[in-house]
Amino acid sequence: MHMADALLSPAVGVTLWAGSAAVGGYASRKLRDRIDDRLIPLMGVLGAFIFAAQMINFTIPGTGSSGHLGGGMILAVLLGPHAAFLTIASVLTVQALFFADGGLLALGCNIWNLGIYPCYLVYPLVYRPLAGEGRRPGRILIASVLSAVIALQLGAFSVVLETVLSGRSELPFGAFVLLMQPIHLAIGLVEGFVTAGIIGYVASARPEILESVAAARPVSAGVPLAKVLTVFALLTLFTGGALSWFASTHPDGLEWAIERVTGRGELPEAEQGVAAALKGFQEKTAFLPDYGFKPAEGESTAPEAAAPAWPGVAAGTSASGVTGAVIVLALVGLIGLGVRFAGRRDSDSTP
Amino acid sequence: MSFDAAYFDLGRLDRLSYGETVMHRLDPRAKVIATGLFLVTVVSFPKYDVAGLVPFLLFPVLAAALGDIPIGFILRKVLIVSPFAVFVGIFNPLLDTRTVAVVAGLPVSAGWLSFASILAKFALTVSAALLLVATTSFPGVCHALRRLGCPAIFVSQLLFLYRYLFVLAEEAMRIVRARNLRSFGGRGRGASVFARLVGILLIRTLDRAERIYRAMLSRGFAGDLPTLRNSRAGSGDLAFAAATAILLGVFRFLPVTEGIGRFAQGLWS
Repeated sequence: MHMADALLSPAVGVTLWAGSAAVGGYASRKLRDRIDDRLIPLMGVLGAFIFAAQMINFTIPGTGSSGHLGGGMILAVLLGPHAAFLTIASVLTVQALFFADGGLLALGCNIWNLGIYPCYLVYPLVYRPLAGEGRRPGRILIASVLSAVIALQLGAFSVVLETVLSGRSELPFGAFVLLMQPIHLAIGLVEGFVTAGIIGYVASARPEILESVAAARPVSAGVPLAKVLTVFALLTLFTGGALSWFASTHPDGLEWAIERVTGRGELPEAEQGVAAALKGFQEKTAFLPDYGFKPAEGESTAPEAAAPAWPGVAAGTSASGVTGAVIVLALVGLIGLGVRFAGRRDSDSTP
Repeated sequence: MSFDAAYFDLGRLDRLSYGETVMHRLDPRAKVIATGLFLVTVVSFPKYDVAGLVPFLLFPVLAAALGDIPIGFILRKVLIVSPFAVFVGIFNPLLDTRTVAVVAGLPVSAGWLSFASILAKFALTVSAALLLVATTSFPGVCHALRRLGCPAIFVSQLLFLYRYLFVLAEEAMRIVRARNLRSFGGRGRGASVFARLVGILLIRTLDRAERIYRAMLSRGFAGDLPTLRNSRAGSGDLAFAAATAILLGVFRFLPVTEGIGRFAQGLWS
């Protein structure tokens, strides 16, 4: 459930980048203050471990489809919140750069969705109280499953919010939530069982190894509970308030509300800006000033009547847009081929 | 994508970054900044704008041509990761059916326009990220980030992760091969075997971390990873960043595509 650049508006993308960067800075500062040197190679190798583990597939029972590990909760359990957060952020960065999962602008969203929730909310508030200090398999199982489910639900819900707030997708909030949450409930359950299986296996095969990892953590790896609870309460109030407000409005009202909230109402304005610039450009470059309105005069009135609130895109503009796009594509292709050809010839002639 | 293919793809992108072209020689910071500007500019286009996005294709095409990066390889990677954007975007034509234009007698709905815009942005942003790595190398990007103010601990984390990614991927590859040899007809591919396999991989990883730490200590590690590479941004790098920024601005704020289209139609008629 990696967020993609193409679905983001710059405002949402940059805001979440800022949020994730701030938390990253906080985590780095916390770690720098009281770090055990051992933690540095440990974090790095565990990040690589998540990749390696993701390369191993397994069959999901009853479906025949195959799944792989997400790994956020395992890192939180092994490393504690700050180190786990930085490790997850590094994994997502490498995924964005090497596998093009998500994108670089969406990286902020992805770190937020997949890093902050498991490390700073679910681990201290759900996993630690439920699993306790003991290594009892039953408690580990319950804690892992619940944690993975909650973390993924929060993450999936954030993907929905980010997409809807960006306004690039036409999917209405309600339908998108209904699509995303159940899928991620299933994924979360599988992830939870697998996480419990891995932790349980390591705890039974090499119990001392988990203790030595725990010893390398910063001394007070735990986030102060009061602080977390305050933040969590505020978040709950906010989302609860927003949700009940969404739920109480008519679907159309919802769309209206989102437009109001996100300022998607700016969109026509922006297009007017482009249209205005275009008009000026047209006046300067027009060979046949009235050509733009020539094609399909009769046809173009009907769609315009059907979509009265459509600024800036007249039939003529779109026709020249299509022509221009084809020409630009051809030009870009030619430039690329030309540069490549020139490069080849150079490298052929030099040796 | 099969496991081996994923692994070799990873290595291939890494090997591409060893190239010695104009693109490769640019200062990593200039490329990181240019990529960031490119992403924000592309994403800032309004929902229904497709024509305005087309000229931006020039950037990845030029970068690939100058950097001698095979386009097919980048395209294949873009396709592999496209499902999420396509899945979310495909609802636009279904939900937004207002007709906004008539091209060659066929009505075009707003939804198709915004879907095309999402796909164009997707291809542009993903290929930009891939080309950044392919022409800069991952360590290069990391050092650029460090010098642009990213926390040292996060940068050393990235470098460590990258260093051991290949080592552990090979370890995982051996495990997968061993399991495949023993799992006829899909037996042994379930979640419980998986949990044990990954548990073993985790134990090996933790042991390895301990050995790495000792090896580092014996070589004088004191909590920091200093770099000897001290790249300096020259006038060429500045010119590259400035040219990118100016071209991005032109493509963003002037209707280049419409202008060219109008010019061509003017010649025609």
